[in-house]
Amino acid sequence: MSEQIEKAIARKYDAGFVSEIESDTFPPGLDEDVIRRISEMKNEPEWMLEWRLQAFRSWLKMKEPDWAHLGYERIDYQSISYYSAPKSMKDKPKSLDEVDPELIRTYEKLGIPLHEQKMLAGVAVDAVFDSVSVVTTFRAKLEEAGVIFCPISEAIQKYPELVKKYLGSVVPRSDNFFAALNCAVFTDGSFVYIPKGVRCPMELSTYFRINELNTGQFERTLIIADEGSHVSYLEGCTAPQRDENQLHAAVVELVALDDAEIKYSTVQNWYPGDENGKGGIYNFVTKRGIAHKNSKISWTQVETGSAITWKYPSCILKGDNSVGEFYSVALTRGRQQADTGTKMIHLGKNTKSTIVSKGISAGNSSNAYRGLVKMGPGADGARNHTECDSLLIGDKCAAHTFPYIESSNPSAIVEHEATTSKVSDDQMFLCKQRGLDAEKAVSMIVNGFCKEVFKELPMEFAVEAGKLLEISLEGSVG
Amino acid sequence: MMLTIKDLHARVEDKIILKGLNLTVKPGEVHAIMGPNGAGKSTLGYVMSGRDGYELVSGSIEMNGEDLMEMDIEERAQQGLFLAFQYPVEIPGVSNMEFMKESVNAIRKARGEEALTAAEFLKIAKEACKQVNLPLDFLKRGVNEGFSGGEKKRNEIMQLILLKPKLVILDESDSGLDIDALKVVADGVNSQRDGKRSFIVVTHYQRLLDFIEPDYVHILADGKIVKSGGPELAKEVESTGYAWLGKPEEAGA
Repeated sequence: MSEQIEKAIARKYDAGFVSEIESDTFPPGLDEDVIRRISEMKNEPEWMLEWRLQAFRSWLKMKEPDWAHLGYERIDYQSISYYSAPKSMKDKPKSLDEVDPELIRTYEKLGIPLHEQKMLAGVAVDAVFDSVSVVTTFRAKLEEAGVIFCPISEAIQKYPELVKKYLGSVVPRSDNFFAALNCAVFTDGSFVYIPKGVRCPMELSTYFRINELNTGQFERTLIIADEGSHVSYLEGCTAPQRDENQLHAAVVELVALDDAEIKYSTVQNWYPGDENGKGGIYNFVTKRGIAHKNSKISWTQVETGSAITWKYPSCILKGDNSVGEFYSVALTRGRQQADTGTKMIHLGKNTKSTIVSKGISAGNSSNAYRGLVKMGPGADGARNHTECDSLLIGDKCAAHTFPYIESSNPSAIVEHEATTSKVSDDQMFLCKQRGLDAEKAVSMIVNGFCKEVFKELPMEFAVEAGKLLEISLEGSVG
Repeated sequence: MMLTIKDLHARVEDKIILKGLNLTVKPGEVHAIMGPNGAGKSTLGYVMSGRDGYELVSGSIEMNGEDLMEMDIEERAQQGLFLAFQYPVEIPGVSNMEFMKESVNAIRKARGEEALTAAEFLKIAKEACKQVNLPLDFLKRGVNEGFSGGEKKRNEIMQLILLKPKLVILDESDSGLDIDALKVVADGVNSQRDGKRSFIVVTHYQRLLDFIEPDYVHILADGKIVKSGGPELAKEVESTGYAWLGKPEEAGA
């Protein structure tokens, strides 16, 4: 039976097409001049360039981390192009009518219509293509509520005070190797500001697409939820099927001021590489949020893509009574490798965190959960509950769990539960005896395993996530 | 003919369990298969349904004139073969409702019928649930997740009611049941006897046959049917046990 399950896991990657779009792409290579040129392309103020250069200088002194449970050839940072944008975007189209139809078609093919009337009602989208934002929808409607949702390159021009105050405030420029690189060369991403007491009237989402060959994508997202505000944000990502590995090194910073709430969901479907591990995206991402008094930050992620995933969305629970959550489904198959988890840093009193991690490994893949729960000396009455489950499909894959617990406060409570299970022959036999084919059986069993996490996703996307797993598992049984 | 089994030899790993079994079942008939532990009763159901590891050595099994051995497990199910499990397995997180809807629709699809909508399915599922005396929240619970032994068996019968198979194998559906649960299971099964659907009732004890009255009773011992008769044969076994077969009960696995 496990052979059949194996086969069911082999997948088709639907988003693997390449768009024929003429682009302005920098030649490969990275030095201060390249950073100056990026900054120039974006028409940035001097302070921003200076910020980038400082990050670059610290990056030069840093070492690529090697502690993760990942094996890959070292990345040659000089062989990557750090900027690529469709030529048609140069004149900064003022409305969707002026945007290259091929770009719009690309997003339509991916199931993301950019015409507002065709979109999911209640979801605003920022579409980022390689290094630029193509369009941000529903901006007028959001502005009525005082919500700012725009490309970060635009925010740097229009809202410099907010950007200066918060950019790098959660993930410092020299936080880690990949974050520092991002600070130096980031090109686009989304900026969100929710004013005091406002409940954002729509779901916000950003859709990242890598298209150009040999180009890295370095996106930067900054979300600020002012006091008592509320926002739900979702990001999705895909890339063409190519034999070369491509680097994606993003930084996401969340700031939840007093009594605010940020829900951040990710459906990550970067190209995972082929069965033999050729090609695929290297996904090295730093995501972190800071939660002030009585605020809440919730991360939900569904990770099915990328050849390598290195990602630990974290919460700094600084304010008293703040809450952090991390719900994760990570599926690896073929030769995919994932080392993912979270950090919950409890600083304030009565802070609470919940971690639910579901790792699914199939094929020859390796899937590691790595999580830190830290209770600071001031975290009186803080609590954490961690649940970490692994599901193995077949007998050539691996699941690992690396929980780290550091407590400097005797009144803090940390609970950790972990299980490992397999899709059993008995379960497969029951499903098939009831008329289901092996693919359907595996996807149903896997979906059941992930249910706790899926229910945390915004409704519009929970269905998508389920379908994505189904596609991911397509052809894995036969 | 609903089912024709000819000179069936089958093995589990390198051990031959069935050694020349013959059986014919007509539409609408109920056949009981009794026998001591290790006689090969469960093996018969598994070989028929195509479970991995239960291998045909020689002989043939035809259902409605079609060679079952040529089909995949799910194809056999789609053709109308249903096995009620002795030990139903749990599928955590997958609701009973979802599982059964997918099953029903997979089988409808194979028959060229339209899939049922969620609302249509919910209606028939609720009825089936009541029929086996399970609270409606069992539809929402994970498949067999945390069910008691009796609840699992009743859940199997609910699936039987929903899937409307042609040939049903009940694999010791009475084991571990108290008398009330046994009646519920038997009532559920009897409600599905419509003169066309056939049943093979595999059981160790005669007790179940008080409630599901068979047309024929066969005694399976050491991989073969050694004696066949009417319902009276079951009564005979009840009073004499299987000792007359001359084999110890623990023979084989």
